[in-house]
Amino acid sequence: MTNVGLLVLLSHWRRNPMQLFTLVVGLSLATALWSGVQAVNTEARASYDAAAETLGEGMFAQIIARTGTIPQEDFIALRRAGWLVSPVVEGRLDGIRLIGTDVLTSPGGLTHVGPSDGKLTVDMITSGILFATQETLERLGEVDVRKFPLSDLPPAVILTDVGTAQILLGLDGQISRLIVAPQQPITQPPLEVIAPNFELIPPQSGSDVGRLTDSFHLNLTAFGLLSFVVGIFIVHGTIGLALEQRRPVMRTLRALGFPLVNLIALIAFELVGISVLAGMIGVGLGYFIAAALLPDVAATISGLYGQSISGTLQFRPEWWVSGLLIAVGGTALAAAASLWNLARMPLLASARPHAWAMQARRSRLIQTVFAMFLLVAACLLGWLGSGLAAGFAMLAALLIGAALALPVILDGLLAAAVRHAKSIIEEWFWADTRQQLPGLSLALMALLIAMAANVGVSTMVSSFRLTFTGFLDQRLASEFYVYADDAQQAASLRAYLELRVDKVLPIQSANQDIRGLPSEIYGPIAHATYRDNWLFLDAVPDAWPLIEAGQAAAINEQLARRAGIAIGDEITIAGQPFKVFGIYGDYGNPIGQVIITEAKFAALFPDIFPLRFGVRMDPSRVTALSLDLRKDFGLNEVNMINQAGIKAFSLAVFDRTFTVTGALNILTLAVAGFAILMSLLTLTTMRIPQLAPVWAQGITRARLGRLEIVRAVLLALLTTALALPLGISLGWTLLAVVNVEAFGWRLPLFLFPLDYARLAAFAVAAAVIAALWPATKLARTQPADLLKVFANER
Amino acid sequence: MLSPITASAQGFAGLGTDADGFSSPQRPAQFDFPIDHGSHDDYRIEWWYLTANLEGLDGTPYGLQWTLFRSALTSDGGQGWSSPQLWMGHAAVTTPDAHFVTERLARGGIGQAGVQADPFEAWIDDWQLVGPDFATLTMTASGPDFAYDMVLNSDGPLVFHGDEGYSVKSAEGHASFYYSQPFYAIEGTLILPTGNIEVAGDAWLDREWSSQPLSDNQTGWDWFSLSLEDGKLMGFRLRQTDGSVYTSATWIDPDGTTTSYSNSAFKADPVAISDIGGRDVPTTWNVRLPDRGVAVEVTAINPQSWMNTSVPYWEGPITVQGSHTGRGYLEMTGYE
Repeated sequence: MTNVGLLVLLSHWRRNPMQLFTLVVGLSLATALWSGVQAVNTEARASYDAAAETLGEGMFAQIIARTGTIPQEDFIALRRAGWLVSPVVEGRLDGIRLIGTDVLTSPGGLTHVGPSDGKLTVDMITSGILFATQETLERLGEVDVRKFPLSDLPPAVILTDVGTAQILLGLDGQISRLIVAPQQPITQPPLEVIAPNFELIPPQSGSDVGRLTDSFHLNLTAFGLLSFVVGIFIVHGTIGLALEQRRPVMRTLRALGFPLVNLIALIAFELVGISVLAGMIGVGLGYFIAAALLPDVAATISGLYGQSISGTLQFRPEWWVSGLLIAVGGTALAAAASLWNLARMPLLASARPHAWAMQARRSRLIQTVFAMFLLVAACLLGWLGSGLAAGFAMLAALLIGAALALPVILDGLLAAAVRHAKSIIEEWFWADTRQQLPGLSLALMALLIAMAANVGVSTMVSSFRLTFTGFLDQRLASEFYVYADDAQQAASLRAYLELRVDKVLPIQSANQDIRGLPSEIYGPIAHATYRDNWLFLDAVPDAWPLIEAGQAAAINEQLARRAGIAIGDEITIAGQPFKVFGIYGDYGNPIGQVIITEAKFAALFPDIFPLRFGVRMDPSRVTALSLDLRKDFGLNEVNMINQAGIKAFSLAVFDRTFTVTGALNILTLAVAGFAILMSLLTLTTMRIPQLAPVWAQGITRARLGRLEIVRAVLLALLTTALALPLGISLGWTLLAVVNVEAFGWRLPLFLFPLDYARLAAFAVAAAVIAALWPATKLARTQPADLLKVFANER
Repeated sequence: MLSPITASAQGFAGLGTDADGFSSPQRPAQFDFPIDHGSHDDYRIEWWYLTANLEGLDGTPYGLQWTLFRSALTSDGGQGWSSPQLWMGHAAVTTPDAHFVTERLARGGIGQAGVQADPFEAWIDDWQLVGPDFATLTMTASGPDFAYDMVLNSDGPLVFHGDEGYSVKSAEGHASFYYSQPFYAIEGTLILPTGNIEVAGDAWLDREWSSQPLSDNQTGWDWFSLSLEDGKLMGFRLRQTDGSVYTSATWIDPDGTTTSYSNSAFKADPVAISDIGGRDVPTTWNVRLPDRGVAVEVTAINPQSWMNTSVPYWEGPITVQGSHTGRGYLEMTGYE
């Protein structure tokens, strides 16, 4: 009997293959986008985690020397004084980052990455082994040390013993930095007593690489989740429809004695089967999406944050699990209400097919109240909330509130249109559109969310790009940058350059705590380069001349925000007071920064000599100069940076970011378009009884079809009109709330009307394409079918 | 990552590893002091192992441990960072209701740890056991929750175990060089979370080196050092995979005269087992040396004296009751 019941239920899909197709494709697309984005994220995260663990950056306090490297004797002296520190020697070998650590003293987290075989560890210590991924090892040139591939290491990093690193990097007897173990002995003298020239840097929990890259991942995750929500809207609609249409079948089955519990179990079984199938297709599709996106994501992240992630995708079993879970879970969510209704349906309830869409009206009031509540909550969160969680809660409340409000607003607009209609046909058109609204509202909500997310994220990325390129112009104002290895070379380099270029700008900095926050103090010489290019977010009038006069300083936004410093406040640098006359944007820098005049800098930090120089010169002569420097000073590429190259690279990175964002934009819009198509298709068949009287009164089928398209365009345009302000507020939230909470700086919001227009055109195009088929179908409905409406009540 | 110290372990803590390329202890044992107080890099493993029974002013018993292990990864030596010598320090303080443990690891060849024979200095990081000679030493160690600062003086001679310092560990003839200084008087300060405690008592320093002291069918040992009214007793019991044991003991008269006992003369049997974090560890023993009329029961002052270090074991102070009374130290390995 169960078999027969199942066959009966399944026969519905044979008669409505399109519905089955909608269900499977909707669910697959939703799962694909979700799992694709997750795949990209997981892969990227796995790479960072490995990198972060290898480098120990941020996790542990560190000790550095104020001048260059730490002599190995000082490391031993610290250990013998009871400071549990572990040496790190790092540098570049053939351009690849080489990190040498000591497995015996490294705090636990560090040794996680590395060989798990004791024999290898022994060989690493006694004869030296270079550990890296196969790919990285292949990039490495001829080295007289054994190479050993390890797949769980971050890309472009070679891990080895500290002794081997010293030899390969020519750093005999020198340590780059010391990692401080989290647990120290109770009888430990202060650092300044043992090593006055060293500086203890606390763990950088608020500013590590993970936090920076998280911003990019957040965007991706938000995209993934939104796409999934869009997909679930489709699935919800389709399942509701399928169950409504099967009411007569279910009534008959139950009247024949088929138990309700078994019926519900069968439907649940059927839905699980479908969702597992769709989930599997989705995970497969997601893999292809991820594989296509990953190289771009990898390039974006490596460029933006200097973190290299591998551009290849490993198929991880957890994706299958999470993909299938989310598909089944999403289906359960979408089907819950329908199954609940079924469970409460009286045995002999009318078999009349409710137009599933019509039921929505009942819950209209609840929906309105809920939407209002969410929108008010979003405003309150933006106004009163603090913290990253509040920022995201605000985003969610804003989006869902707006989506729920959409049908209410559209209904109000259409009701007004009905009142102002000038002809009968016009009045019918508005009234008919309004009547269809409940059936379309899920698809339109999906479109709204997709559009708003696109507007919001592209506003954020574009604003970021504009700000960042402006910032690069400001920061990389010089055409050429040279780094000397030591003070002696710096002096002769400076003399050499003075004779050949327009101006040499020494770059010197010292580390100091400003109001308890670690900061860098810069002392640039007075020059038009700074006056012309460094723009302030906030400053007194004529700030540069005042700063150059010596008593004032400019600080970066991070320091201003974290220490609560405003224009006119006083800060103390090395015991001397300075008034803050300017605050400038300093994007991507985790720590505070202060600019004072060169003369003051020299007076406060007499031991620091500039090793870096910005060079103002004719850009066309940069290549020639770098060749001369290589010849005369033996400088290599690491010591020289061509500003034009950096800018071009940075812009290329942003363009790749856009590729990723753009691809996701189109995918989400495609899903929303698909939702509209499916809603219209189902409505078309249900609407014949409503259209037949209109046709009978002389409106041709072709005209009815054209009106269908007009309706779709109209609804898409209205939705777009609402999506624009929503998307812009979304972008504002990301820039002014989430970014400030996550990174400590606020990005200015720029608007991009052309982009929005293009997006609106996409949305309308999606709606037209979606409406085309149902409209054609309608226009070609056989008159006989229309007449049938009058012949019987179906 | 495995600690290289425990890498490729056979037997307990790799003590059963083949002695390829290393020197092996040979009979007759010949010592040259003070040089032999220093390290013997051509042997695979070596230790400077000090335990002390202490008493506070209020009579509370305490135990203290200071140990420096040397372990060579290979027999052919590199210099600096590539030196195969690794060092491991263990320090502990045991009270009747707490056990403080800490561990340090260091590479040889860079000065972070080592032992110098004359003047004597053994150190790892800020821990040290140092003095103008082996009879007069100061000793410090520190951990995240405790530290100590002690002074040691001995008026007795060095004591040699087994055959004049050649200590046999198995029927197959595995052996080590093994001598002790069991006559230290010790006093100083324990720095504990509850405050500083002035203590005094007696200490026992073991020196042992070998390249393969254990047979690969030996799974661990139970080592006793007892200070009794009429002398001191060192005895150990090596447990073998077939369930049998191999024992050895040294009786030390108050003037330092020794009597060695080979396999089976010394007997030790568990009486009570304690549950230590899921492990069954015997913390009360019946110890007998019939030849000396010793039939005592030894009991751990704190049964939870587990050394949760990279090579874990049990080490703590004990009290002695029975034919003799006294105190001492118990070390048990291989109960993982």
